[in-house]
Amino acid sequence: MPTATYGGHTVTVNDEGFLTDPSQWTQEMAAQIASAEGIDELTPRHWQVISFMRAEFQAKGTGPTVRVLGKTSGVSVKELYQLFPHGPAKTAAKIAGIPKPRGCI
Amino acid sequence: MKRIVILGGGTGGTLVANRLRRAYDPEAAEIIVVDRDDDHVYQPGLLFVPFGRSDVRRITRSRRRQLRSGVTFRQAGIDHVDVGADRVYLDDGTVLGYDVLVVATGAQLLPEETEGLTGPGWMRDVFTFYTPEGAAALRTALDRFDGGRLVVNVIDMPIKCPVAPLEFCFLADEYFVRRGIRDRVELTYVTPLDGAFTKPVCNTELSGLLTDKGIELVTEFNTGTVEAPAGGDADGQGGRLVSYDERVVSFDLAVVIPLHGGAGYVSRSTGLGDELGFIPVDPGTLQAKVKPNVFALGDATDVPTSKAGSVAHFEGDVLAGNVRRFLDGQPLAASFDGHTNCFIETGFGRALLIDFNYDTEPLTGHYPARMGLPLLRSSRLNHLGKLAFQQLYWHGLLPGHDVPGIGSAMPTRGKRRAAAETAGALSRR
Repeated sequence: MPTATYGGHTVTVNDEGFLTDPSQWTQEMAAQIASAEGIDELTPRHWQVISFMRAEFQAKGTGPTVRVLGKTSGVSVKELYQLFPHGPAKTAAKIAGIPKPRGCI
Repeated sequence: MKRIVILGGGTGGTLVANRLRRAYDPEAAEIIVVDRDDDHVYQPGLLFVPFGRSDVRRITRSRRRQLRSGVTFRQAGIDHVDVGADRVYLDDGTVLGYDVLVVATGAQLLPEETEGLTGPGWMRDVFTFYTPEGAAALRTALDRFDGGRLVVNVIDMPIKCPVAPLEFCFLADEYFVRRGIRDRVELTYVTPLDGAFTKPVCNTELSGLLTDKGIELVTEFNTGTVEAPAGGDADGQGGRLVSYDERVVSFDLAVVIPLHGGAGYVSRSTGLGDELGFIPVDPGTLQAKVKPNVFALGDATDVPTSKAGSVAHFEGDVLAGNVRRFLDGQPLAASFDGHTNCFIETGFGRALLIDFNYDTEPLTGHYPARMGLPLLRSSRLNHLGKLAFQQLYWHGLLPGHDVPGIGSAMPTRGKRRAAAETAGALSRR
């Protein structure tokens, strides 16, 4: 399995770069993953989404989709795209160290 | 005497009511089906309406008349369910207590949740074929359409019958070829997914078909706004789909599949549904997570498989058995495997057939066994199968009979495992 190193910590990731074990994640890693995704600074609004993603993952075993995030995270879909321009659910999940949201079939 | 209340008289509600009615003596259980209207629409038929190959009357029957005698039909809207008190409150003021509740109220369309979608262009240059009215209106619009940009756009998942928008593209291609104007029509399929379909083997096959038919594919497009063409005539300025990341797809005629959610009363019923109004259930037993005497099936649930009639059919068998086990105090059977089976019209009298479940993606081979219908390959036989299915639906599936050869568990005989392993290996690369 591929690995990635953030601030001296080596974590296992899948071939799209999502952490395979959310317990390996640390807050410090978030900024580094974000910068690799083209987000230079994590604002409190970013953190609101990231924390929400992790809480949802803990509770339900999968991260929410953009639509559910827009309804439940306190951040509108429009703003989610401003915060995470290249797909909010995917990018925020990657930064939050949880698997890619399953989405729907 | 036990009382079983079934909310929704569509595919799932009807076949479960009929199965349970056969299973229980009239003195042992009262079975009540609630629905707000008496129009049971054979929804797969809606796809053909815009092309004049079916009409709404031919695919609609009385809900009441699909129910066995001894099933009570209550025509009323639902205000809410009090899960704690085991009661359903109807719009007309009636309160129905129950021993077991079965939620089968499907999914509803939410076009008003997308900015601009229900604006001045709605039902003028922007249509959906997911409702009888929309499909009929689109037929008129297609008849008048003499060329230009036609886009088919899925706003977001989940939607009912995720392959129907692709089928619409294939049938539109055929329709314009037959009218002799295909060279004047630009056909574009716009999807929020990262491919034509979510499952790898199937995605390859369907993407290939789009390319062969000259249908452009736009992926990872999350529609934020729909702007109708100005004036609504062909000479006016075109309409635009604008994504949240500010990409634009222009159109003259748009066929949109709006956001879906659970039935409206679900969000008024504390604890019953999730954020989108779907009912969280155990994916194997179909028992609701909110309370042991609540079950759900069909489009109404949150199970990770397609929202499709075949799923409601396969679930119905498992769910009816589990309602009986629950009332008898027996352990439930966790036997629903996510089995889904869809015919996919590919145009010019041919269709594909796909068959899959929670764990196994659609494979090539034959269904339900080696001598059966070809899987994942366009054939005349599958198209005839799709057309014939409507009769099987009214006369075999809804009455709750076991249809020979179509069991609730996904069959594996006749399927080529090797193909899947190869595809898996490819997609992992």
